[in-house]
Amino acid sequence: MKGKEPEKRSILKQKLKVINLGIEIFADDLKRQGVEVISVDWQPPAGGDEELLRLLEKLGA
Amino acid sequence: MATPLNKRVLTDAGFKGSEVEKAGPDDLIIAIEAANEEALESPVARVEEMLSSRESMKAEEIRPRSLASAVKVMSDANLALISIPGRFAKREAMNALESGLDVFLFSSNVPREDEVELKEAAKARGLLVMGPDCGTSIINGVVLGFGNVVRRGSVGIVSASGTGIQQVSTLLDGEGLGLSHAIGTGGNDLSEKVGGTTTMEGIRLLEEDEDTRVIVLISKPPGPKTSAKILNAASGSNKPVVVNFLGEGDAGASKQVRAVTLEDAARMASGFVNGKRTGAHPFSVSESRVRSLAQSESSEMSKTQRYIRGLYSGGTLCYESQVVLTPLIGEVFSNAPLKPESRIDDATVSRKNACIDMGSEEFVVGRPHPMIDYSLRKNRLLQEARDPETAVVLLDVVLGYGSNEDPAREIRHTIASAKKLAGAGRRYLSVVASIIGTREDPQDLQKQAKELASVGVVLMPSNAQAARFAALVASRGAVGRKLFGNER
Repeated sequence: MKGKEPEKRSILKQKLKVINLGIEIFADDLKRQGVEVISVDWQPPAGGDEELLRLLEKLGA
Repeated sequence: MATPLNKRVLTDAGFKGSEVEKAGPDDLIIAIEAANEEALESPVARVEEMLSSRESMKAEEIRPRSLASAVKVMSDANLALISIPGRFAKREAMNALESGLDVFLFSSNVPREDEVELKEAAKARGLLVMGPDCGTSIINGVVLGFGNVVRRGSVGIVSASGTGIQQVSTLLDGEGLGLSHAIGTGGNDLSEKVGGTTTMEGIRLLEEDEDTRVIVLISKPPGPKTSAKILNAASGSNKPVVVNFLGEGDAGASKQVRAVTLEDAARMASGFVNGKRTGAHPFSVSESRVRSLAQSESSEMSKTQRYIRGLYSGGTLCYESQVVLTPLIGEVFSNAPLKPESRIDDATVSRKNACIDMGSEEFVVGRPHPMIDYSLRKNRLLQEARDPETAVVLLDVVLGYGSNEDPAREIRHTIASAKKLAGAGRRYLSVVASIIGTREDPQDLQKQAKELASVGVVLMPSNAQAARFAALVASRGAVGRKLFGNER
């Protein structure tokens, strides 16, 4: 993904194409407005297991 | 999902028993309250139908498991909308920035250090991070998060407050004006620690944007260092800038004007667009009409009814009301007060004149936001109606994407019951509201207004006017001198 565009065009000048992570209603509302959107089936890392997460974070993962 | 928090909410709602206790975070609990066994049949059948059809629904859509694979599927994506729990938000937002995406970060509870790091990373890449804790943006006419369907036009907004964008944009829309873009920055952007990185970037983008003729900045008053930085950028701008640091009003340099309320900000912005400035009026309709309406609202009140109780879903609207009310009626208690000494001891019980932000942390943990779920506000409305000291209940009703599908239907019966309850105690309860919305919103402003008026709600065209009107009613007209006395 690096160096694709030397000068990033302002978001205000682009047609929005959205990746949604989280609340699904936001993706639905964008679709109702005719915006292309793709939803990630997001899950918390380590299945949300607090202990495992702390270990992963320690390892810098 | 049967997380400990959700289980607590269920238990509080009266769903007790071993099934609830045994369920774990990977289990889905569907709780149905019904009058009898028979009434249960149809919802249970519907749930079974939905559960069995889930597989076929899934197949229709590609659902990548990670942001990286989503970028592969949609290689020209340019924005990530992130609303996952705050503690995971930084990692995903950073991934998005590294993939060249601008970010709208709805998640709250993101540590301040992470916010600084994300915003610096975005700046280095020429990208924008709207948030964390960002409720609303409107980019190229597209509403992200909670927002109204408003016209396109020449006013650009940069705002730390989502409901601030909603109030100003709907007021402009009502006057036939529109937005170029509204850039939400997140509630903490103007804290001294973050220093307004997104606000500064937003101003720069709107200055470069040829569709934008006027810029409006909205925030609660920032810290002194950040305030000076932003005001400096505003006065150096190549476009007129209306600065609305709620409650602060001094006139600044020629290109920069200060608006005390959101309503002022909309009026001043439209003045710049139309090329003629208009003076401030306390109400859109004439003094005599307002006075006679207030008189009829208070005529059947008992002597004990002295106080205003504001029940807000929008934090900034709650704040704006305090800015409007304090000079009229004196101290207003709140869980989000103008001054620390006006903090209410217990936000679940009103005291004297009070404005409660029901979207604050203490109310929303484990529940949807009050713009979506009216249940807490409905209970509170009845509680206020039982209190013999309540004269006026003040409400905000926020329409648009993200909000409740039909707020009027949701609260209409409760308002009627509240009025009855007060009536049974030989009192008259006045309910005053403003609707933040437009005719084009999914909920339709006109329809909502009609239904609320049918149960005796007095509707005002803005949140500020609703607060002024409430003061006029609760004071039995006494604040009229302050309101109308020095009108030009």
